[in-house]
Amino acid sequence: MVPLYYNARSLWARRLSTSLTVLGLGLVVFVFSAVLMLANGIESALASGGDPANAVILRKGATSELVSGVERDAVRILATDRAVASGPDGAPLVAGELVVLVALPRGGGQAMNTTTRGVEPESFTARPEVRLVSGRKPRPGTNEVVLGKALVGSSPDATLGGELRFAQQRWPVVGVFEARAGAFESELWADATRLGGAFSRPAYSSALVRLGSAAAMADFVKRVEEDPRFTLEAKPEPTYWADQASGLATFIRVLGLFVSLVFSVGAVLGAMITMYSQVATRIAELGMLRAVGFRRRSVLASVVVESVMLGAAGGILGALGALTTRWIHVRTLNFQTFSEVTFGFTPTPAILLGAVLFGTVMGLIGGLLPALRAARLSILDALRA
Amino acid sequence: MSLEAVPALPPMVRLEGVSKTYRRGTVEVPVLEAVNLTIDTGAFEAFMGPSGSGKSTLLNLISGLDRPTTGVVEVAGRNLAELNDRELSDWRAAHVGFVFQLYNLIPVLTAAENVELPLLLTPLSRAERRRHVAAALELVGLSHRVGHRPPQMSGGEQQRVAIARAIVTDPDLIIADEPTGDLDRKAAEAVLDLFGVLHRDLHKTLVMVTHDPHAAERAGRVHHLEKGVLQ
Ligand SMILES: Nc1ncnc2c1ncn2[C@@H]1O[C@H](COP(=O)(O)OP(=O)(O)O)[C@@H](O)[C@H]1O
Repeated sequence: MVPLYYNARSLWARRLSTSLTVLGLGLVVFVFSAVLMLANGIESALASGGDPANAVILRKGATSELVSGVERDAVRILATDRAVASGPDGAPLVAGELVVLVALPRGGGQAMNTTTRGVEPESFTARPEVRLVSGRKPRPGTNEVVLGKALVGSSPDATLGGELRFAQQRWPVVGVFEARAGAFESELWADATRLGGAFSRPAYSSALVRLGSAAAMADFVKRVEEDPRFTLEAKPEPTYWADQASGLATFIRVLGLFVSLVFSVGAVLGAMITMYSQVATRIAELGMLRAVGFRRRSVLASVVVESVMLGAAGGILGALGALTTRWIHVRTLNFQTFSEVTFGFTPTPAILLGAVLFGTVMGLIGGLLPALRAARLSILDALRA
Repeated sequence: MSLEAVPALPPMVRLEGVSKTYRRGTVEVPVLEAVNLTIDTGAFEAFMGPSGSGKSTLLNLISGLDRPTTGVVEVAGRNLAELNDRELSDWRAAHVGFVFQLYNLIPVLTAAENVELPLLLTPLSRAERRRHVAAALELVGLSHRVGHRPPQMSGGEQQRVAIARAIVTDPDLIIADEPTGDLDRKAAEAVLDLFGVLHRDLHKTLVMVTHDPHAAERAGRVHHLEKGVLQ
């Protein structure tokens, strides 16, 4: 084997072209890993909501609460199920909820679709992760609303003490809540009955049912499924949110991987040019190595390894660069629920490892042709060079 | 002890009817013609002749860097035509040490690392390699330069590092193509003195191409080449 320090020092000897190549590779790896981190962030933003002991009830076949409908009678029936937990007041922890999209002004004449959830007092009790950070809960039977933390400031009146206007009514903001960075933080919560009235929607969109324990979930799901009195299905809350997230996350992943793939052609070409010129300037050295007995294969491997070093360095650089996006937060439209969501870039060990691997593979591919050329050199021609 | 009791060693190099023709487009250029040559084991022989007379070509055939158009090349008892490309690489690593006119050292490696390169093709351990490298650099008088890189050394020193690299594997045959061609008189003498040591004390077989009559003087026999024909 031609020693690795020979490759490392040869790269170092031509620092400028080496660093430009590594930078190019790093940029592509940066895009690659940032996009995967973004998709991940979306999934955790949307999917971190949810308690395994909570079931979301939707109409059979509905993919989201927006397109679902649950009759008020059905909610009353669900409340009688034996697995349902009771609140402090002894009432079953079941809440009918209505989800509508409300266009809030964003400033500059633009509007922003905001998921607005009509809730009942049990909605709060059943979701301990939803905690007020300021103000108070809305009083049942009033137009008072509370804002998810991520919505504060997103619209001129979206602050504590502000007053929102939609459906020809006024909705004073009396509190702001957080929900462990989950999707609820991008929602507006109002009284279910008042919201239903304002939008002329007599039925609920969904129901939330809290069970005594997560262990009872499987049987409960089955009972709902088989109950002849309604055509509803129950999903554990975390599953419901994960399903919501996967569409957007997959779209971003596919788009991001496609863009990375296109850019990677350029980076691979850059690595290839660099390695071609490394081979060209070191022909006499390679000829000497072949003369003293290194086989073609060793020379080939040596050039490939050198290019892989470039790629791995680019991979590490790109991955480190992508880690800095952790401090960036993005707001965008989830076109599955047509609402705004806020999320960040979430790295995982697998993404970082994949980033370094991606850089390495680009280096490997870029090095193949120059390596073949080096291995095919005639020793005599090379020694004369 | 009588001289007759020493069995005669087979020759190190035997060329029989060797010719080499290069093709330049449609024209065939004969470079060597019907060369017959024997070099004894332990000999120090030089080749002289005008530029283009085929000296380097002959040296490349003997060292297994090139193949003849016709004829037999036998080195260290081996007919080189029997070896394929890969086997020839391994054969060179085991049997031949090279000294080039322009030293052909790797500038990013230290003297010791340059000398160690051929040893990487042997099964020696790292410690054993280090010992061999130290011994070879000691022999060429550069023990104090182990950590220096070629650009920090004079031409004479670089060529001595190259000689250390050529002998570090203890090869049967040392091939030198114009080893003093790029050196001043003093450095050239030092290199030739070293060749004398390799020849007399270490009983190496040396084959050298040179333009330099001073260099040729050191050899036991001088061959003259004229237009591809051995005189
Ligand atoms: N690869 C080659 N292709 C074509 N011609 C060559 C090649 N190598 C050497 N020659 C020719 O062979 C002749 C002898 O070359 P060489 O052995 O290098 O001579 P010397 O070492 O005596 O100067 C020269 O005319 C040279 O141009």
